[in-house]
Amino acid sequence: MSNVVTPTAGSASAGTLSRPPRSLWRDAWRRLIANQLARLGMAITLFFLLLAIAIPAVFPYNAKIDSDLVNQLLPPALDHPMGTDEQGRDVMNRIAQGARASLGVGVSSVLIAIVIGSLLGLVSGFLGKRVDLAVMFAMDVMLSFPGLLLAIAVVALMGPGLRNSLLAITIVSIPVYARIARSTVLSVKQLEYINAARAVGAPGARILFRHILPNSLSPILVQGTLGIASAILEIAALGFLGLGQQPPFPEWGAMLADSVKYLTSGAWWVLLFPGLAIMLTVLGFNLLGDGLRDALDPRLRAD
Amino acid sequence: MLSYIVKRVLGVIPVLLCVSILVFGFLRLIPGDPALIMLGERATQENINRVREQLGLNKPLYEQYLTFLGNALRGDLGRSVLRQEPVTQEVLRRFPATIELALAAMLVALVIGIPAGVISAVRRGSVFDAGSMLIALTGVSMPIFWLGLMLIYFFSVTLHVLPTGGRLTAGTQFTPITNLLVLDTLLRGDIPLFFQTLRHLALPALALGTIPMAIIARMTRSSMLEVLSQDYIRTAHAKGLKESLVVTRHALRNAWLPIITVVGLQVGRLLSGAILTETVFSWPGIGRWLVDAIYARDYPIVQGVTLFIALIFVGVNVSVDILYALVDPRIRFE
Repeated sequence: MSNVVTPTAGSASAGTLSRPPRSLWRDAWRRLIANQLARLGMAITLFFLLLAIAIPAVFPYNAKIDSDLVNQLLPPALDHPMGTDEQGRDVMNRIAQGARASLGVGVSSVLIAIVIGSLLGLVSGFLGKRVDLAVMFAMDVMLSFPGLLLAIAVVALMGPGLRNSLLAITIVSIPVYARIARSTVLSVKQLEYINAARAVGAPGARILFRHILPNSLSPILVQGTLGIASAILEIAALGFLGLGQQPPFPEWGAMLADSVKYLTSGAWWVLLFPGLAIMLTVLGFNLLGDGLRDALDPRLRAD
Repeated sequence: MLSYIVKRVLGVIPVLLCVSILVFGFLRLIPGDPALIMLGERATQENINRVREQLGLNKPLYEQYLTFLGNALRGDLGRSVLRQEPVTQEVLRRFPATIELALAAMLVALVIGIPAGVISAVRRGSVFDAGSMLIALTGVSMPIFWLGLMLIYFFSVTLHVLPTGGRLTAGTQFTPITNLLVLDTLLRGDIPLFFQTLRHLALPALALGTIPMAIIARMTRSSMLEVLSQDYIRTAHAKGLKESLVVTRHALRNAWLPIITVVGLQVGRLLSGAILTETVFSWPGIGRWLVDAIYARDYPIVQGVTLFIALIFVGVNVSVDILYALVDPRIRFE
């Protein structure tokens, strides 16, 4: 969004009273980085995003050289800071490699769901009547299933794997964004500036994307950040059930599923670290999402 | 009020019809011959024909759907392909285990979450507030199956104080009545067995209850904070009422509505979470049955359980809506 109208520097006292103009987003950014917890969230998410991008790029995963049957289930030590798993694979390395699956699917499923969902919501709210009824009905049907159940059903149908999990999680997330976008449209549709745009003859698509869409950006940004957190939990759950990433490729949930066999033998490190990675990443996105909400709409601040 | 209830209940019917079409289409969308996929490559022609017959695959699609819908309305969800058990009866036999787990989890969530939220709001900025909100934030970020495994590792494997899974110790002889074992053991007056069921329930309920607990605590805190800043609370304080009275009678009562809202929203989470918790704790409910059926490609079970859970979920959501309308008349007239 462009700058707000600058106060005219006409009067003598203007130099002391006025401040340089700031846009909505810069204002929000200042509030965001002033918030300690949000900064922590940002640091965590950036760390894991970097891990997900850099590690597979620098050290491409190679299943053949990964296993080392001499060093099975070693407890954490200097050369394996997080120990090794049942095939002698370094747990820390697998966690770093697995970041790609969790974050890749988490971020991309939310992005795709945002595009599809908000388009559906915008169009149905804007056109109203039958289109609106039909779209919202379809969303109601999708929301008749608890999220994870729908995702499991989709993967059970399409077959296990990371790509199908991505598809499943995307489908499950669409209704949320459709509802948010639709409610923004409904709240601004009758406002005067929209009528003004109509009066000067702006085409519908222009009104929708230029004048209405920007209003839904901040709630969608907040929901999207929190949505990545729940998508990461879902991908881990699918992986844990054996429906997500297939072996030998590392994925945090699947690593936890493997660790179950060693629960009674005291190999705590194969259980602890992948779970911590999931929890930290999800915590990071949750903190960032909460921070974004406070920054973008100070009125909604919880306290 | 009655017209609101009727409208809300009738409105659900088309949604449920579409849900049934989706669940029906589920089996037909699988690429290839469902009978062959379910039975595997080495199946005999005879078995394949039997399954095709059983699923009605040799009839036109709309006829198949109408049969499916008609049977479902009469409470017949078909038969398992592998063991030939009637799905409805199995669902009903296993569902009490899931309910028991979900109720226990909700109890844990409410008993800890609400007081924690109230105290955090009253003692805002205290160590208790910071601590419990930190725990709540970690709680919502945890994969529950991981939490479950950690609980097993700590309490069962390391400390040996609680069982690793199941509802009863293996080999225990007990004939259930309602299949809610906590209740049944009491009804039969078997006190040692009652404590045994509680010990088996403790860890799964804690694992499943943690996320709702965290969400309820956060919502209770923010709802209480809002109420506590109202004028009538200051008035109550000013006229010299005891703190505990102001908090429970004046503040908490008015803070309920948002709390009920999140509690209602947790039902879906509990149903989803039960799938994972039951898998981790070998809990013989419908969630674990669903997962086993997916591995075994026993699709009639998958269909039946999915339809059943969706029904429960929609039913609960509608009931929660009606409950709000009862509590808050503004909703009825919107």
